[in-house]
Amino acid sequence: MKRLIAGLPFIAAVIFGGFFLWGLNPDRDPNEIPSVLISQPAPAFDLDPVPGLETPGLARSDLVGNERPVVVNVFASWCVPCRAEHAVLTRFVEREGMRLFGINYKDKPEDAVKWLNDLGNPYERIGSDLSGRTGIEWGLSGVPETFIVDGDGTVLFRYVGPVVGPDAVERFTQALKQAGALPNGAGS
Amino acid sequence: MRQLIFAFCIGLLPFAANAVEPDEMLTDPVLEQRAREISKDLRCVVCQNQDIDSSNAGVARDLRLLVRERLVVGDSDAEVIEYIRARYGDYVLLKPPLEPATYALWFAPIAFVLIGVFVGGGLLMSRRKQEAFEDLGSEDENTVSEILRQNEAGDAS
Repeated sequence: MKRLIAGLPFIAAVIFGGFFLWGLNPDRDPNEIPSVLISQPAPAFDLDPVPGLETPGLARSDLVGNERPVVVNVFASWCVPCRAEHAVLTRFVEREGMRLFGINYKDKPEDAVKWLNDLGNPYERIGSDLSGRTGIEWGLSGVPETFIVDGDGTVLFRYVGPVVGPDAVERFTQALKQAGALPNGAGS
Repeated sequence: MRQLIFAFCIGLLPFAANAVEPDEMLTDPVLEQRAREISKDLRCVVCQNQDIDSSNAGVARDLRLLVRERLVVGDSDAEVIEYIRARYGDYVLLKPPLEPATYALWFAPIAFVLIGVFVGGGLLMSRRKQEAFEDLGSEDENTVSEILRQNEAGDAS
C-alpha cells in the first residue's frame, strides 16, 4: 500500500506526460472539426444557377447516379484562398479528368461571374447559395470546403480549407484515388 | 476624476455591443428569449470557443436565423438543437451530451474526487489508528502524569 502511494506521483507524471506528448504532435490540428457527413447521404438541396452564367444550377440529384464519384467545391469570389485553390482544382479537372461541381457561397452573382471569367470555369454545374442555407446543410464552417460524393449520393470525403500546397494536394489525390473519382489510367 | 470615470465608461461601451442584431430578433419576446437561450448552448464553428449568441461570424448569424426560423415553425428547444446537431455533429454543442462516448468526460472528475477522498482519507485514518494503539510505555506514562499533576497544582494556586 505504502509503495503504491509513493508511486502515485510518478504514475500521475507519466499520464500527464503522455497527454503532453500527444499534444505536441505537429500533425494534430486542435481546430479540426469532425464532420458528421462522412459516410452519410449528401444533404438535400436545389440551387439556382448563378445569374449571368451559362453554367446550370446544382441540386442533390445531379450528384447521384454518376458513373464515378464527383467533387463538390464550395467557393466564393470574396474568399482569397479560393483563388489559389481554383488553379489546383482546374488542374485536377483538365489533367486528371475529375468531375467538379460548385456551390457559390454567399457571393454577389456579378462578382462570381467576373471571378470565373478571369480565372476560368472548371465547374460543370454551379449552384448559387446566396442565403448560405445550403452551406449549413453541408455543415460548412467556412469557404473553401471540398467534398467527394459517391454515385449513390454518399459523402466519402471532406476537405476543410483550400487544397493548396503539396501536403493538401497529396491528401486530396489519395482521397480521389481511394474513392475512384479519377478515370482509370489518369493520375499516375 | 470625473473625466477619468467618464473615459472608463466610454471604454466599457464596446463590451455592451451585442452580436445579435435587431433585424434578426423575433417580435415574440418569449420565442426570442428561447432563441437566445438555445444560441448560448451552440458553438460557433468559425470562432470555435464562442457561442453563436455572442459571435459576429457570418455562419453564426446564419445559425441564429435558422434557430429562430425553426422556433417560429413550432419546434421545441430540443428539436432545434437536434436539427443543428444533425448537420454539425456533437461539436456544436457547448454542453456535451451524456452518452457512452462521453462517460469519461462527465464522470472522470467525480471519480478523481472519490479516489482522492478514499486514498487521502484512508491514509489519514490508518495513521490516526496507529497512534491510538501505540502504548506510551511506563516511563512516558510517569512523565505525563507528573506534568499533569504540576499543571493541576499550578491552576489551583
